[in-house]
Amino acid sequence: MSGIAKPLKIALGLAIIAALIIVPMNFNRYGLFILSQWAVMSIAAMGLNLTLGYAGQVSLAQGAFVGIGAYAAAIMTTHGWPLPAAILVAIVLSFAIGWVLGYPALRVQHHYLAFVTLAFSTLAFLVFRNESWLTGGIYGISNIPRPHIFGIATNKPLPFYYVCLGSLAIVSLAVWWLIRSPWGRAFMALRENPLRAQSLGVDTRRYTLMAFAIGSALGGVAGALYAPLTQYIDPVPFNLSLSLDLLLMVIVGGAGFYFGPFLGAMIAVLLPEWLRFTEGYYLMLYAVAVMLLLIWSPTGILGILDRYLAERRTKAASALRAVAKSRLETAQ
Amino acid sequence: MSAVLEVTDIKKSFGGIHAVNGVSFDVREGEILGLIGPNGCGKSTLFNCILGQLTPTGGEVKLDGQVVTGLRPSELNKLGVSRTFQLLQVFPKLSVRENLILAGQEHQGNMASRLVGRSDAGLTEAANQMIGFFKLDHLADEPAGGLSYGQQKLLDAAMAFMGGSRLVLLDEPAGGVNPSMLADLKERLVAINREKNATFVVIEHNMEFVMSLCSRVMVMAEGKVLAMGRPDEVRKNPAVIEAYLGH
Repeated sequence: MSGIAKPLKIALGLAIIAALIIVPMNFNRYGLFILSQWAVMSIAAMGLNLTLGYAGQVSLAQGAFVGIGAYAAAIMTTHGWPLPAAILVAIVLSFAIGWVLGYPALRVQHHYLAFVTLAFSTLAFLVFRNESWLTGGIYGISNIPRPHIFGIATNKPLPFYYVCLGSLAIVSLAVWWLIRSPWGRAFMALRENPLRAQSLGVDTRRYTLMAFAIGSALGGVAGALYAPLTQYIDPVPFNLSLSLDLLLMVIVGGAGFYFGPFLGAMIAVLLPEWLRFTEGYYLMLYAVAVMLLLIWSPTGILGILDRYLAERRTKAASALRAVAKSRLETAQ
Repeated sequence: MSAVLEVTDIKKSFGGIHAVNGVSFDVREGEILGLIGPNGCGKSTLFNCILGQLTPTGGEVKLDGQVVTGLRPSELNKLGVSRTFQLLQVFPKLSVRENLILAGQEHQGNMASRLVGRSDAGLTEAANQMIGFFKLDHLADEPAGGLSYGQQKLLDAAMAFMGGSRLVLLDEPAGGVNPSMLADLKERLVAINREKNATFVVIEHNMEFVMSLCSRVMVMAEGKVLAMGRPDEVRKNPAVIEAYLGH
């Protein structure tokens, strides 16, 4: 995103944050639900963007981690635990399982890895559905309470939206820090050229596992917010199609771009709503739109912007070079 | 002079092909050893065996007298060994400076400090010095992918020195680099060799480059060592002329 003046970027960022806080105050229950869902899915997509976009490890299991987080939160909060404790457990649990799921990535890559994670996704779904002593099976878990934050009840849609938005803000800052740290650089090295990375001392094994674990942990956080958002969960939302949806969000937004998941989640959550007036055709229109986008720009929406800025930079640089060259020639 | 690297009877087979077939040599501290031989004679495979990219079928590699055979490339790098590859291996999307910081960051602190500490791992200054040393100043903030081939080769070599390596294996550093830039590269390598007492092993097909840069030259053919000696000795060796240098 370099190329846009910094004060302009900051002003734009602040305006978006202010809009996200103020505008929804007038929204109805359904609008707030959709916007909260956007915040939650952005968190999950940000996790996948770390694993896939930055570290280059394909995963079709992010939806399963959302499920793990959601069940952890649902089970704990219906047994009287506070939500923050449930979020912590969701993080630890998804981190640990994500770490283990990272091991196959040390041996297989690309579509083979996709199949391994797909199998895990199916396994998780079967556990949610069949282990009814823990998960309530096909009947799911209902009456999931919403938390009190600093003594304020968040039962109503607006306060809970702020819980989701606040969580998104915290996660966004953490991810921002992570990708700017040497870890972020190592993740990118892992994606671009693992062989060279190794020869520069990058412990590719450890970073691969970390990329999986951290990405999955964010899936867990999203799930732990999803449960109190819907207040009822069953296994169906966490099947493979959620993983595919999250993958779509990351790719449509722009994999490996910081703002990709926000945009991708917005499109995946809001666009079907906006296209609802087309009734039965909206999924078809949505599918066609995604296909056209990916043909036009395989690097997603932010890829278009990035390409534009890169072209402008190249033009500016070659203009500078031409000037330098003509000066050199006159000097001679 | 003591040996930094001792390679004993390294073998590597792929199926029935013996790519490296019992190679032994040592590299003395502070020397620049050239490694030449026809295409397919096993030079790069030998590099890969020494550096842990491939597991040798047999033999032993010692670094400062300690056996390091079978260590992973990242572990060897932490012990002070780095390399460049035959094909360009810079990170095209990262800037020149970021490439150099990446090349050095894993030598700073530990995993935890690299997560919570400074984003540049305290390496901006060192990276800038390296950029200056390799005369890439005007390109410091450009994405590495936008550099010319020769400039990328310089960056590639510069990255190998960021971790403070004592032993650097360069796989065809001169390939595809224009003559004036080549002179630059050679000058830089000699300077690092003298100032930091860094030891080099250089695979190269450019005979003039090898013969003028290296103190000793090893010639390989068909997976074996054909000759080893001072450049002028090797040049006169009939077996070498027969196998490689031509008539």
